[in-house]
Amino acid sequence: MSVEEISNSLPEAAEEVQTNNENMEGEPEMAYDESPREGYVLYRDRKEWADLEPVPQDDGPNPVVKIAYSERFRDVYDYFRALLKHDEKSERALALTAEAIELNAANYTVWHYRRVLLQALEKDLRVEMKYITAIIEDQPKNYQVWHHRRMVVEWLSDPSEELQFTAEILSQDAKNYHAWQHRQWVIQEYKLWAGELEYVEELLEEDVRNNSAWNQRHFVISRTTTYSPPKVLEREVQYTIRQIKKAPHNESAWNYLKGILQPTGLSSYAGLLEQVEGLQGSCCSPYLLGFLVDYYEEALETNGGKYNLTETLNKALGLCDLLAQDQDTIRREYWRYVARTLQSKYDSGETSPPPTEQQ
Amino acid sequence: MAINGTQIKDVVIKPDAPNSLILDKHADYIAAYGSKKDDYEYTLSEYLRMSGIYWGLTVMDLMGQLDRMNQEEIIDFIKSCQHDCGGISASTGHDPHLLYTLSAVQILTLYDRVKAIDVDKVVDYVGGLQQEDGSFAGDKWGEIDTRFSFCAVATLALLGRLDAVDVGKAVEFVLSCMNFDGGFGCRPGSESHAGQIYCCTGFLSITGQLHQVNADLLGWWLCERQLPSGGLNGRPEKLPDVCYSWWVLAALKIIGRIHWIDKAKLRAFILACQDEETGGFADRPGDMPALLKALWIRDMTGTVPGNQLLKEGFGYCPSQ
Repeated sequence: MSVEEISNSLPEAAEEVQTNNENMEGEPEMAYDESPREGYVLYRDRKEWADLEPVPQDDGPNPVVKIAYSERFRDVYDYFRALLKHDEKSERALALTAEAIELNAANYTVWHYRRVLLQALEKDLRVEMKYITAIIEDQPKNYQVWHHRRMVVEWLSDPSEELQFTAEILSQDAKNYHAWQHRQWVIQEYKLWAGELEYVEELLEEDVRNNSAWNQRHFVISRTTTYSPPKVLEREVQYTIRQIKKAPHNESAWNYLKGILQPTGLSSYAGLLEQVEGLQGSCCSPYLLGFLVDYYEEALETNGGKYNLTETLNKALGLCDLLAQDQDTIRREYWRYVARTLQSKYDSGETSPPPTEQQ
Repeated sequence: MAINGTQIKDVVIKPDAPNSLILDKHADYIAAYGSKKDDYEYTLSEYLRMSGIYWGLTVMDLMGQLDRMNQEEIIDFIKSCQHDCGGISASTGHDPHLLYTLSAVQILTLYDRVKAIDVDKVVDYVGGLQQEDGSFAGDKWGEIDTRFSFCAVATLALLGRLDAVDVGKAVEFVLSCMNFDGGFGCRPGSESHAGQIYCCTGFLSITGQLHQVNADLLGWWLCERQLPSGGLNGRPEKLPDVCYSWWVLAALKIIGRIHWIDKAKLRAFILACQDEETGGFADRPGDMPALLKALWIRDMTGTVPGNQLLKEGFGYCPSQ
C-alpha cells in the first residue's frame, strides 16, 4: 500500500484565506438552513393565515431556466408581499417580518415595514433593542441592521448601550465600517467623548495597523482638544513615532503623522527631520522615504532660507529615484511624477539630471 | 510576504490562475443570471434588482451584446417600480430609494428612453431628500451617506435637472467629509474608503468642483491601495478585492491620476479572479464568483478605454 501524501488544502489560487466578506456590504448572505425544521409549517398551510392571499414574486424579465429554490423562502415572502398589499398592521405581520429578515436581512423594504409596524403597534422598543442586537451580532456587515438600530436608539433617546455594543462587535472585527459609523454617531450625538481616546489606544495596542482606529483617534482629538495646542501635537507626534518603531511598515501611522502635521507644516516641527532620518536604519519603509520626500518638497516650497535648495532638491530626487527603481516600484509612475514636478519647479540648472528612466 | 519583518496583508496569485479574458463565459454568466428567476441567489438579491439589471446591461453593452437583453420588458419593469412620490424601488413591491432611482435612470439613459417615467416626479423625489446641511438621505428613513449625494446629483445630471437642488450646500457637505489623508468617508469623520471616495470624486466632478480635491494627495492614497499581488484594497491593511479595481480606478480617472496604478499587475490580478467554469469574477483569486463583480472587471482588463467606462457609469464623461 502506497503512502499517500496529505497535502494542506490551500485554496486554489490564494495564499491567505479570508472567507468572510471584506466588503462593507457584499453579496446577499445566504441562510444555509433552508429546509424547514421539523414541526415548521409553511404559512400557506397555517389556518390563521388562510384569510390572506399570497402574492408571488414578480420581477419582470422572463425566466428561461427554472431552478427550485427554498420553499420556505418563497412562502414567507409571498405572505410578506400580501401583508404589504393590504397594508396590514398586526402582531402576526410583525412576527413575519422577523422571519423575512432571518431569510434575507438585506431586504430594506422588510425593515421599513417593520419600523412602520413597531410604531403603529406601539411596541416595546427595549424588546426591539434586544432583537436588533442579536441580528447585528449575526450579520454585522449590513447597512439595514445598523440603520434600524440607530432608529431605535433615537426613538428611545437612549445611547447607554451603544459604546459597549459597538466595542463588542469591533472585538470580532476591529475594522467593521458600519460599527465605526454607528459609534461615531453615538459619540457625537450624545457627547460621549470621555474615554474614547483610551479605547482607541487599546485597539492600537492590539493591532497598530488598524486604520479605523487611527481614523477614530483623529476623529476624537479634532473634535475635542484639536491639534492646535502644542502639547497635544507634540504628544501625538511622539505617540505616532513610537508606533512606527513598533511596526515600521504601517501606512496608517505615516498617514496620521503627515495628516496632523499638514496644517502647520512638516518642516515647522522642530527636530522632526532628525527623528525621521534617525529611523531610516532600523525602521525604513517606502512610507518613511515618501515622508522625507514630502518634507523636502515642503522645505523647497517654503524656502525658509535655512535649507540649501540644491542639496535639498537632490536629496528629494534621489529618494524618488530609489522609490521608483527599488523600494516602491509598483508606484514608479507616481514617484517619477513627483520627481518631474520637483525638477521643473526648483531646478536652477545646477542639479544633476535624474537617471534615464527605464520604460 | 514579509517586508521589514512584518506580514503584508495580501494574496498570492498561483501560476495556474487564469491569465486571459474568458469573455464569452462572462457574457453567458450575465445573460443566464436574469433567466434563473427561481435561483436562490437571484431571489435573495431582489432587494437590489434594479442595480443588478443596470450592472448586467452595462457589461453586456461593453461586450457588444446588449441585444441579448430584453429592453421592453426592462423598461416596463422600471415603470412599474416608480412610486407616487416619484422615487423608484429596486423591484416591484419594494420601497423607493435613491440608489435604485439612480440605477433606473441610468438604465433608461442607456436605452435613451428616459421619458418612460415621470421625470418631474423623480426630480421632486430627489430634491426632497436633501437635508439642511446639504447632505442627502437615501430615502424617507433618513440614512445620510455621501453615496446618496452622488446618487442624487448623478440622477439629476442625467436628467438635466441639477437646478432642483442646492448644489452649493451639497458640495459643502461632501467637502466636510474630506479627511486628513485626503480621502472621503460616508459622513464627516468617517474613515476614508475607496467606495466612498469614488462617490465623492464623482460627485465633485458632476458639480464642477474637482479643484477642491488635492489630486496629488488623494491620488497617492488611491494608488497606495495597490498591493504586491497587483490587486487593490479599499483602505489600508485590508485584503485586495476585485471590486476595488473599479472604485479606485474610476476615482483615479476622475482626478486624472489613473496612470499611477501598475496596470499590468492589476490586470493579472483581475484575470486571476475569473471563474473558468461558470464565468463571472470572484472578489479575489480562488473565491466564488458573484454577478456584482463582473461589471467593474470588464473594463479593467484594458480592452475598453477608461472614458468609455465612465460614460457607461455616469451616462456621460466627467470633466478631467
